[in-house]
Amino acid sequence: MATSTRALEAIDVTDPSARPPGPGLVYQWLTTVDHKKIGLMYIVYALLFLVIGGVQAMLMRIQLAVPNNHFIGPQTFNRLFTVHGTTMIFFVAVPVLFGFGNYLIPLMIGARDMAFPRLNAFSFWLSAFGGVLLYLSYFAGSGLYGAGSAPDVGWFAYAPLTSKVFSPGHSTDYWTLAVLLSGVGTTGTAVNIVATAFCMRCKGMTLMRMPLLVWLYIVASCMVFVAVSPLTTAQIMLCLDRYLGSHFFDTQAGGSAVLWMHFFWIFGHPEVYILILPTFAFINEIVPVFSRKAIFGYPAMVAASVGIGFVSLSVWAHHMFTVGMGPAGNTFFVFSTMVVSVPTGIKVFNWLATIWGGKVIYRVPMLFSVAFLFQFLVAGLTGIMLSAAPFDWQLSASYFVVAHFHYVIVGGILFSLFAAFYYWYPKMTGRMMSERLGKWHFWLFVIGFHLTFDFMHIPGLLGMPRRIYTYEAGRGWELWNFIVGVGAFVQGVATLIFVYNLVQSYFRGKEAGPDPWDAWTLEWATTSPPPDYNFAIEPTATSARPLWDLKHPEDQDSSYE
Amino acid sequence: MTQTTAIPISADEQPWILPNKGIVGMWCLIAAEAAIFMIFVVAYVYYLGKSLSGPTPAQVLELPILGTICLLSSSLTVHAAVTALRKGAVRRCTLALAATVVLGSAFLLTTAKEWHHLIYEIGLTIRTNLFGTTYFSLVGLHATHVVVGLLLLTAALLFSLSGRVTEHHAERLEVLSLYWHFVDAVWVVVFLVVYVIGR
Repeated sequence: MATSTRALEAIDVTDPSARPPGPGLVYQWLTTVDHKKIGLMYIVYALLFLVIGGVQAMLMRIQLAVPNNHFIGPQTFNRLFTVHGTTMIFFVAVPVLFGFGNYLIPLMIGARDMAFPRLNAFSFWLSAFGGVLLYLSYFAGSGLYGAGSAPDVGWFAYAPLTSKVFSPGHSTDYWTLAVLLSGVGTTGTAVNIVATAFCMRCKGMTLMRMPLLVWLYIVASCMVFVAVSPLTTAQIMLCLDRYLGSHFFDTQAGGSAVLWMHFFWIFGHPEVYILILPTFAFINEIVPVFSRKAIFGYPAMVAASVGIGFVSLSVWAHHMFTVGMGPAGNTFFVFSTMVVSVPTGIKVFNWLATIWGGKVIYRVPMLFSVAFLFQFLVAGLTGIMLSAAPFDWQLSASYFVVAHFHYVIVGGILFSLFAAFYYWYPKMTGRMMSERLGKWHFWLFVIGFHLTFDFMHIPGLLGMPRRIYTYEAGRGWELWNFIVGVGAFVQGVATLIFVYNLVQSYFRGKEAGPDPWDAWTLEWATTSPPPDYNFAIEPTATSARPLWDLKHPEDQDSSYE
Repeated sequence: MTQTTAIPISADEQPWILPNKGIVGMWCLIAAEAAIFMIFVVAYVYYLGKSLSGPTPAQVLELPILGTICLLSSSLTVHAAVTALRKGAVRRCTLALAATVVLGSAFLLTTAKEWHHLIYEIGLTIRTNLFGTTYFSLVGLHATHVVVGLLLLTAALLFSLSGRVTEHHAERLEVLSLYWHFVDAVWVVVFLVVYVIGR
């Protein structure tokens, strides 16, 4: 028998779970505790919000495309950027990354489910309810009086703008409760991921044999404990302020607005790493498979990830250089921010070393990964620029900052997410995504991305502040804003192609088979999509690449360990 | 297709032991909860002496000696319950659980008495000043955790009284005892910050 089928026959002989029809389906999904179904629900839910958040971005770019525009008013604009930011961070990035984690981690470590399946479902529904609550504010924000609807305090909601005096009605309460619920749900999932990775591994899967993806999710989850909790706490304090009349952020009673900033950014900056580490995880899995080489420097990758986890907890106040923390505080945060780029650099070099000398196959997942490497590097470089306090004083709260963090989030996180979609879609649905549409999606998105976010730096350097709803002609910002707007539309078209590809491939895609990429981790050892119990026989790991060992009995990794 | 050998089973059959998932999960929860308390403690310390009006902690707070003794000794009794259950001494476990519930409730009573004194006799509420805001939120959060712990412990006690608890449940009880130890450890911090340093 051919070597490529050995994996399958060894592990599982059940049919791919049939696609069930009918109305019982809804009940089945609503009540499921299966990690794969919950993972898919996370992903689909995040995709819906991605489209909503994208439409909001589009509306804002239309408004800013030409000077003195009156497409939408200032009040609506404030709501749009608040809800856009909150949606994209809390209801797109976090759920989609935890969705992939939910789906992949048990499969990769050869387990049948997460450690706490019911907690898993609970966390998902809690987060999902948070997202619904945020959008409910549009209809119920201040009752039905029309006095105000969606929150308009910005995604970091600085005090004292959030106090009852300046934010009457309930729109800010919707924001607070939505974020609070999302935070609790995230913490629940993080507990689950750590417990799963430590306690559910199959035989032989020692910690240093786990796929790097699992390692990175462990680090990200541990960061959730110490970074998301402060946000949860700050939201509790804000609730107390608004409902019970306490004075945490009430400057009239001696409370401090700066304390909110600290609490928010103690969450806010590690959050960036909580989001970027899982995307590093995708790149760690995709780059070796499409370079036909084992990952370069596995232990260094693990150490660098843990290093990022620790260092990134002490960089938050680089968001606050303009507050006036004094030279000692500024120096510390400049230094720590620059230090965090060292382990990140180690990772980039390891990816390059993995590609180096490999037999690189440029399928769509690899295309997105390569673009990720380049764009993430650029995003890191503007990050280093902003980490220097004097430079930050000039450009804080300008479009340069907006361009920088969108470069990280779109150029880094979203690109590697697209790579992950093309790579694991066959496993999740049993069908391949269309390669032709994928290439269209890739090239259009790359062009749109660079049109938008490369050129967005320039109005920032020219002094354009963020969050303004319009601007006068003659400041030299018109051309750049117009290009940015055009780029946004190209990205929108590319995203539509992607969504079409997702739907179309589900029905018409080529049958994928269990292992379409000839990969080496355990999720490819079972059918696509996997049965409810994942593996008919519990697998055993003999090395970091169990499937390689199985496919190449004459040259096993385990003989080099 | 027939089922042939599974992924090779290593020849040397070493025992494959993994940590208990309940205990790992509880440690994770403790990490997250510790971060929450940390922020409240930071807020308390940051706002020490910044209230624009009275009363101040020195004027109204008294050392809660009795409550502290009760709560800290309940840590010992819950530990005794776990040790007893591991050895299969179900009756001793039940007794120790009952003692824990009584001691925890006693602590809660002393807190309730203190709050009653502050709110009704002194007139200090969460709205009065920054001290009231930070004091009631920090101590209140801790008391909430005591209530949750007491509910869980009472459930364990009821199960144990109805004879459903056996040696096999030792690890589960250990998860609960971990949480209870954490609640006690937080009290040590709160005690030091609020009643010793902050006064």
